[in-house]
Amino acid sequence: MSFINYSSREINCKIVYYGPGLCGKTTNLQYIYEKTNPTAKGKLISLATETDRTLFFDFLPLDLGTVRGFKTRFHLYTVPGQVFYDASRKLILKGVDGVVYVADSQEARMDANAESLQNLVSNLQDHGFDLKTIPYVLQLNKRDLPTAVPLEEMLKTLRYKDEPYYEAVAPKGIGVFDTLKACAKQVLLELSKK
Amino acid sequence: MGASDLIMYEEEFQKIKEIISKLRVDANANVVFLVDKNGQQIAATGDIESLDTTSLASLTAGNVAATDGLAKLIGEREFSVLFHEGEKDNIHISIVGGKVILVVIFDERSSLGLVRLRVKRGSDDLGKVFQQILEKTERERASGKSTFESPFAEITDEDIDALFKD
Repeated sequence: MSFINYSSREINCKIVYYGPGLCGKTTNLQYIYEKTNPTAKGKLISLATETDRTLFFDFLPLDLGTVRGFKTRFHLYTVPGQVFYDASRKLILKGVDGVVYVADSQEARMDANAESLQNLVSNLQDHGFDLKTIPYVLQLNKRDLPTAVPLEEMLKTLRYKDEPYYEAVAPKGIGVFDTLKACAKQVLLELSKK
Repeated sequence: MGASDLIMYEEEFQKIKEIISKLRVDANANVVFLVDKNGQQIAATGDIESLDTTSLASLTAGNVAATDGLAKLIGEREFSVLFHEGEKDNIHISIVGGKVILVVIFDERSSLGLVRLRVKRGSDDLGKVFQQILEKTERERASGKSTFESPFAEITDEDIDALFKD
């Protein structure tokens, strides 16, 4: 649910990074935070456990500049990936405008990927959203690992519709901004249809 | 997702700012701000220069969402008031009209009793304004035309690429 303020000429949109535990959602946000001009970003907030696992969410506000005189601000959130945090995960999807699904390319995580994607579909449904129609991008992360599953196989298992997909190595930033840009683009185009 | 978008118009925005400014003075509070349930800040007044209001908004919404989850687990519809007491500063959080979160930050110059009393009155006024906004948005949707040209109606790929140019 975007928030358009005609008085202050601002538009705020919410993008959520989803995916199984340890797939690199927080790493995506950390890279974006590091590489963004300090004037364009707010604080990166991480509600994490003592062992740096996401407990509730990470949050990064990002000012992208102006479109047609409107300040465009994206709020990026991650969800906790671990299976037992489902109640928290569902809360974060509230009012989402676009979703980035971060998949872990390691063979051993393929079941977790599929399960988490199914979980995304059902949690979105609970909020009245349909993954078929909501702005959505698939990121295949950890492509540099020797155990990475071939691209075609991953797409066969995880591609949900004709969503754009990007191969990524999040700590090095490969594919990180491409993914964000593709999602932001769909969110803005969606707004133009209204 | 279109039906639930929150659109703020100039007239109502001014009214909201007036109400929260008055609430801040009446409650003797440091800061009053409004957030939607998704964590977007709607308006803020008071000593906000030293505050990271964007983070505050997001964490407040997370807090309310988590508390809502707790309420449902024990069979309550919602907990309409949350209060956090600190050594010097306190935060009073309440839900207005089931949709918007009203946050009041105050210190020893005020009291919980006073804040609660003033928040109640302020909430009624805010509730009316948000009802107006809702009706206005519905009317415009029903009539199929907006009094405001959507800034995104003719957005192009170039516009979007320009946003990501560093």
